[in-house]
Amino acid sequence: MISIADITVRYQDVPVLDRFSLSLPSEGISALSGPSGCGKTTLLRVMAGLLVPDRGRVDLPAPPTILFQEDRLLPWRTAEEHIADVLPRSGRSEAGRWLALVELEGEGGKRPAALSGGMRRRLALARALACGGGTYLLDEPFTGVDEARAARILDRIRGLGVPVVLSSHEPVVVAMADRMVSLSGPPLILKDL
Amino acid sequence: MKQFWYAFLLPLLFWLTVWQGAVWYLTAVRGLPTTEFILPPPLLVFRTLAALVVEPVFWQTALSTLLRIFCGLLLGVLTGSLTAICTSAWRWADRLLSPAVRVIRATPVASFILLIILWAPTGRVPAIVSALMVLPVVWGNVSRGIAQTDSLLLEAARAYRFGRWKTVRLVYVPSVLPYFASGCHTALGLAWKAGVAAEVLCLPKEAIGTQVYWSKIYLETPRLFAWTIVVLVLSFLLERLLGACLSRLERRPSL
Repeated sequence: MISIADITVRYQDVPVLDRFSLSLPSEGISALSGPSGCGKTTLLRVMAGLLVPDRGRVDLPAPPTILFQEDRLLPWRTAEEHIADVLPRSGRSEAGRWLALVELEGEGGKRPAALSGGMRRRLALARALACGGGTYLLDEPFTGVDEARAARILDRIRGLGVPVVLSSHEPVVVAMADRMVSLSGPPLILKDL
Repeated sequence: MKQFWYAFLLPLLFWLTVWQGAVWYLTAVRGLPTTEFILPPPLLVFRTLAALVVEPVFWQTALSTLLRIFCGLLLGVLTGSLTAICTSAWRWADRLLSPAVRVIRATPVASFILLIILWAPTGRVPAIVSALMVLPVVWGNVSRGIAQTDSLLLEAARAYRFGRWKTVRLVYVPSVLPYFASGCHTALGLAWKAGVAAEVLCLPKEAIGTQVYWSKIYLETPRLFAWTIVVLVLSFLLERLLGACLSRLERRPSL
């Protein structure tokens, strides 16, 4: 079970999350939805342990890996090196497999500047997935990626068998999730398959 | 070839013409019988230079000075970079070392030369003085580079469990490299100026500065100009070498 209990996070005394609680099954894909500024990114950062809340606690079944809202790629590393950098030394030959998962085969030798915005997003996603972890926390994973491709990639991510919590504005991505949590107002699980 | 003409030969020709024009002004307009002692004509300077170049002692002198400046530059770059790493990593090091580096930066080069002549063997003074001039420049640039390293990339490195060495190798080094390169370019010019000035004041056995000093004493102004041209050429060559090394590093910045 992914358990978020009584979380409060304030930015300059303005509460972004106020005594927020949520329990999610530790399997399948959970999509966070809500308008910009409702606290999706803050919640994912708290879950990843990158932001210490003013109060409350988060319990995850295993250490998570986050995909940031920004790509945060290293301009001096190639796509393949980005993946190899997060893999253990013995698994570096698997970089191609992760690039294929996000449909970036044949782009391994390119640096971020030579990739389109959507390709950079997919590379950042592949890096986060390759890093492993017990839960994937994906903040807007398909910004700039066309819907059909996003659906194919999300299907492959589901096949990895790792619980995913993602935030997205793309209807197709939210529709493919196993459950959707609305963060506008009190947290509400709108769909649970 | 066309670029070489416009970027190098044309400006050179222009300044040689200005130089020759000034000589003509002094002799023809101001009526000086000769300008050899205050502004020798370009041709005389190049003839003097040609006569110098064929002497074996010229190459020994030039190489000795080049080696001294290079050692000073290397020492300054190493100590400046190490100091920057320490002052960026530890607050106590910053409090202890930063004021010392600022004092070095503000101290006139002549004071350093005269002090170090008292403390070190004559042959080593130019290298030490060059290093002292290089250190604060490299320290300032590398410190700025470390401070400007993108905090989002550093957070990503933590999130993807890079570890300390991998973060240094993949994030810090490539981020700091442009600042380091800029510092090295600035420092090179300072190293030459300070190093040759130190040679002029401490007169090592084989040194361009010593030759400059004796040229001044014996009023051999064409020789003074010729040695100055040698310094310019050596400085230019060292800068090209340094530029080639740094641009090679910048093409492949992560270690």
